[in-house]
Amino acid sequence: MSVLVVVECDGGEVKKSSLEVASYGSQVAQMLGTTATAVAVGEATESNLAKLGEQGIGKVLYDSEPRLKDFVNGAYTKLIAAAAQKEDAKVIILANSNIGAAVGSRLSIRLEASLATNVVELPKTDGGKFVVKRGAFSGKAFADVELESDRKIIAVKKNSIEALHEDGKTAPVESFSAQLTDADFADAPKQVIMQDQAGGVLLPEADLVVSGGRGMKGPENWHLIEDLAKALGAATACSKPVSDVDWRPHHEHVGQTGITVSPNLYIACGISGAIQHLAGVNSSKVIVVINKDPEAPFFKAADYGIVGDVFDVLPKLTEAVKQLN
Amino acid sequence: MKFLVCISNVPDTTTKITFTPDNKEFNKAGVQFVINPWDEYALTRAIELKEAQGSGTVTVLNVGEADTEPNIRKALAIGADDAIRVNAHPKDAFFVAKQIAAIAKDGGYDVILMGKESIDYNGFQVHGMVGELLGIPTVAPAMKLDMSGNTATLEREIEGGKEIVEVNTPFVASCQQPMCEPRIPNMRGIMTARTKPLKVVEPTADAPRTEVDSFALPPAKQGVKLIPAENAGELIKLLRNEAKVI
Repeated sequence: MSVLVVVECDGGEVKKSSLEVASYGSQVAQMLGTTATAVAVGEATESNLAKLGEQGIGKVLYDSEPRLKDFVNGAYTKLIAAAAQKEDAKVIILANSNIGAAVGSRLSIRLEASLATNVVELPKTDGGKFVVKRGAFSGKAFADVELESDRKIIAVKKNSIEALHEDGKTAPVESFSAQLTDADFADAPKQVIMQDQAGGVLLPEADLVVSGGRGMKGPENWHLIEDLAKALGAATACSKPVSDVDWRPHHEHVGQTGITVSPNLYIACGISGAIQHLAGVNSSKVIVVINKDPEAPFFKAADYGIVGDVFDVLPKLTEAVKQLN
Repeated sequence: MKFLVCISNVPDTTTKITFTPDNKEFNKAGVQFVINPWDEYALTRAIELKEAQGSGTVTVLNVGEADTEPNIRKALAIGADDAIRVNAHPKDAFFVAKQIAAIAKDGGYDVILMGKESIDYNGFQVHGMVGELLGIPTVAPAMKLDMSGNTATLEREIEGGKEIVEVNTPFVASCQQPMCEPRIPNMRGIMTARTKPLKVVEPTADAPRTEVDSFALPPAKQGVKLIPAENAGELIKLLRNEAKVI
């Protein structure tokens, strides 16, 4: 019996969200009196995988099949299912990402497991039950959910678990083959197109986010958002009305029907704070709202606020960040 | 081509969320229910593709009790041809996926569409479960869907980009914007929806695999700390020294 952790890698590195997933998995393993094994997907280097020892991982399995570099639902599902069988995994932990959801949902059928997504805390195992807390109602509530099957799959929401760091600890990396065939790559992508991200920070992975709404008055003013984001090392985002009128691309739209983010810091500039927008950002650790309307509903959800004109306030903030650095 | 569109009945996006006194269930009292906003993309795109092909059918499927029928009728008014309601409370994603798979197996559908997730449970699970139960590919979340013969070309969102994926029918896709502009019913649609077939079937005997023990609301915010605009730089100091986030 063991705990299996699925770590997503990109450009040779383990994604930050997967470091959290690994830390979650090793703590669950400790609770259950067993060890945590990681299975890596995506493009990884052996030295970076070995460093998962710092998150408490006992062993890493890696299949170096080159076609696994990009996400392929069929192949990833088979690979992880094979790793779960090999390790006799009773609990499987993934990131609550597009990959985690796509693979986790198929795995739950194949392995006859209970599945919980959007999980925000370590499980509670009192009284022989296995209960996880997960976000529901678009960030407006939480649910304690009991996973009733013998086998359990958990997708952990980004930035809800602190990543462990035991400096210098390494895990052995074993090569692992799931005997994948061409048929497993039938749904392989024909093409992968990565977005050009301002400052190179990916929005779903970002710790800091600077976001603009209709109060920015037009796309020609976005340099004010970008300047602050660049100074902070933040990703940029926008509200739905802004992406609807094409001031900014859809992949920057944060909200109920856009991307859900949970960064350490979310700075909203000229966004009134409609309930649908809040649904996408309300699990951010700290929310800053800048709006000239003191009655903007967003101030009720904010930790810090400035009632003022974004065109006046943003350059001051950018300047203050530069001085601080 | 036969399209099956799965829709969920959810509280309106502006609903204030509260629970029953034992915190076991969502408090439905006085709440307006709508078609899950993500499912509207699936529904409209299915109708558009059927119209472009000039033939075929769009069937709407909902797993829910009788109180979901107004929104099923709304989907028919938007342009679906017929509807099936599986007469059961949607206990969990696995239970719902089993119902959808049972209907899909019998109906011989070419394309099964649904929204990325429901805005109440936020599971983002049913698409993959249905695909696996039927042994067919799932593309999730899909931002674009075009059909040419039996081959579909989809754009699948990945963190930081997108993949172009080609699959043959039958397949499952979970939809999100900017796939299409969701349609609203017109008067003629509302009139014809009344007489379109809505079949009610009983659920399979499958048991759910998860159970909600209790719901809870997030802790209230402490209240906003306001910084005067003329002193905006002070905010950056607070973010570093007090909130410790930069």
